[in-house]
Amino acid sequence: MFGTGILKGLGVTLKEFIGTYIDDIRKIPSRYAGGRHELDQSQASAQTGLFTVQYPEERHKVAERFRYIPILIYDAETGEDRCTACGICAKVCPPQCIWIVRAKDEKGKPLTKPAEFYIDTTICMNCGFCAEFCPFDAIKMDHDYEIAAYQRMPGLIFDLQRLRVPTTYYARIRPTDWTAEEAAREAEKAAKAARAAGRPAPAAAAPAEDQPKR
Amino acid sequence: MTDTMMQMTGLPFSDVVPGAVTEVTKNGIVVAADKLLPLAMHLRDREGYDYLSMVTSVDWPQYFEVVYYLYRVGAWHSAAAAASQEPLVLKVRLPDKARPELPSVCSIWPGADLQEREVYDMMGIRFTDHPNLRRILLWEGFQGWPLRKDFKEPYYEEDAKPFKSRHPDGKHAWAEDRVPWKDNVTYPVGWDPDLWTQPEVQYRKIMQVDGGGNGHSSEFKTERVLVNMGPQHPSTHGVFRMVIAVDGENVVGLEPEIGYLHRCHEKIGERNTYIMNIPFTDRLDYIASMSNNFGYVLAVEKLAGIQVPERAEYIRVIMAELTRIISHFIAVGFLFNDLGAYFTPALYGLRERELILDLFEAAAGSRMMCNYMRFGGVFADLPEGWVERAKDLVWNRLPRVMEDFEKLLAGNEIFETRCRGLGVLTAEEAIAYSMAGPMLRASGVPYDLRKARPYSIYDRFDFDICTRPEGDVWARFRVRMDEIYQSIRILKQALDGLPAGPIMPPGKKQYQLRVPAGEAYGAVEGPKGELGFYIVSDGKPNPYRYHVRAPTFINLTSLEKMCIGHKIADSVVILGAIDIVLGEVDR
Repeated sequence: MFGTGILKGLGVTLKEFIGTYIDDIRKIPSRYAGGRHELDQSQASAQTGLFTVQYPEERHKVAERFRYIPILIYDAETGEDRCTACGICAKVCPPQCIWIVRAKDEKGKPLTKPAEFYIDTTICMNCGFCAEFCPFDAIKMDHDYEIAAYQRMPGLIFDLQRLRVPTTYYARIRPTDWTAEEAAREAEKAAKAARAAGRPAPAAAAPAEDQPKR
Repeated sequence: MTDTMMQMTGLPFSDVVPGAVTEVTKNGIVVAADKLLPLAMHLRDREGYDYLSMVTSVDWPQYFEVVYYLYRVGAWHSAAAAASQEPLVLKVRLPDKARPELPSVCSIWPGADLQEREVYDMMGIRFTDHPNLRRILLWEGFQGWPLRKDFKEPYYEEDAKPFKSRHPDGKHAWAEDRVPWKDNVTYPVGWDPDLWTQPEVQYRKIMQVDGGGNGHSSEFKTERVLVNMGPQHPSTHGVFRMVIAVDGENVVGLEPEIGYLHRCHEKIGERNTYIMNIPFTDRLDYIASMSNNFGYVLAVEKLAGIQVPERAEYIRVIMAELTRIISHFIAVGFLFNDLGAYFTPALYGLRERELILDLFEAAAGSRMMCNYMRFGGVFADLPEGWVERAKDLVWNRLPRVMEDFEKLLAGNEIFETRCRGLGVLTAEEAIAYSMAGPMLRASGVPYDLRKARPYSIYDRFDFDICTRPEGDVWARFRVRMDEIYQSIRILKQALDGLPAGPIMPPGKKQYQLRVPAGEAYGAVEGPKGELGFYIVSDGKPNPYRYHVRAPTFINLTSLEKMCIGHKIADSVVILGAIDIVLGEVDR
């Protein structure tokens, strides 16, 4: 019969329309009573209703691996940067948005830390290569995606001050990666200690001279 | 350069077209420019190479090289053709670099039309007898040929990344402060900006429609007019313009105008190192970034001879099939947008996409610009609970959603009346116009790269090629719907069979990939068709030539053919059924 297809289709939309309200009230009661909060990601087969959230009052919890503009990590206890200004992140960066000035001592000898570090967030493509290939776990990807600014300069050129975050922040946003990296670091330390116990002289003489030569 | 094996005797096809093939290299046969047409005719009519998959060009120091990739598609499943599914590669070398010229193959394979225009636009190689040889991605009046090695784009810094100004003394500088209209922009001699006007494109002449006047209708007096659809038309899937010549309401000529999103992806790709290109490929077809990654890493792995671990292969297939589902949901949903079912089906499709994007975000860290695949594997292993979530989606949700989709869309009478018999391409036409993917299969050609030349581990999965004989818009919708079922089928097998193990080859993660000199073409059956990456290496850290065979760009070749004779309102639907994504069309 002509029109059955249309009626069937309208049935689907009607079901969705009603389902939206039922689902919403059941799953997110906070929308109707009490405050709003960070919503967990939608669950595949369970959710039928609306998928939209009332941003900025509500927002989705981002996945742990979510990556946005890079951050530079410093040790929360000592305040020391992990970055050694080796420049691998600048070399691997696809849009070439990382600028690094390596620090020098009074005699002009390069030091293993950055004096200046810029990330031009207007051209950063959030690919995460810098974090992936950093040998010192010094540069990581952030979760903060609300970086709108009135001016490009200085608002969107992130310098060293703006990029630095403590290890505690990193441990909070990426607990899985943090635990794995700490475990690896501990294992390496233990291995180093074991090696040092076996052959004490050379290992102790060279403290952390792992700066790649250009 | 490739090491060549000169064969003094027994050059192929020397008995049928004497003197056509001058040299046989391991990457294709070199053809004399003046013998190209007779050889092409022979290959199409006698050897079964009925499908011209790709035309591109390389700027070598001594000559320009135009590269043709030919397939046997019409009878690929017959025993004889199945034996040699490897493409036949023709190369024409043009030593006259000041005036490179060769005959167009449009008369033999009409699918060469837009591709030859792109070669002309990017490399400045003239194709004689081409019906409409003018710029395609760039604007009329653009000076220079961007993909030639001596061309320097604005904001040019160095020939290859990484730039030396970034480390160890990298002070931030704005690109536009550094160069914009300074030393890397050349003006023609005697050029005066005040006197210059942009050359006008004579669309009437191109489309061969007479100017104004009355049409043929016996009942009404109609007038022939040119209508500009776009470049910002809401139904045109992005910044796309078509110039349509209408006689009353009937389309009598059509010219797609593209390039509004052109960013010279290929030039950027040649400046980039190999690994830097992966996130750039995300931005091609931004609906299906995983497929783009897949095609590119396949090409580079082929060239560099990298083995991929088992688990990574499975993960890649899972991601590629999820991407196909996303893309088809969007294609189907937005096709209904074009028909006037404003956003209800599109949003139902987008909603399911949301769940898949959640999975992508959990695995890759980004929803659309996934940047997930690496040479030899994938970026990171699937996080905890991912497989369970994916299984829940594939087993419990997607089949149910498809049921709703069928009820909502497939039986709709308005849809059927609008789409049946609209924009018909016969199987022969679809092959001749180099259509790919669902467009080709909807014309009754059961050609799918996953079956024809299985890449990755697709030969292990049990699935069917979806095809329909009608060749109209309805068939394209149906093929896409059926492919979602097949993708679900593949996903079920892949998720069940997902082995444990490493996701990258052993060894430290390398950011500097050394690729031996040579060339490779890696292609995947993307959601929109054959997505290929043609890479030429000269042994340096950057590709010497990087070309993308963009399926939707080539599928646009037949747009005029499909639209002529239909109403102007239907041209929007026909365009929607191609499922173009301008990020890929314009590159």
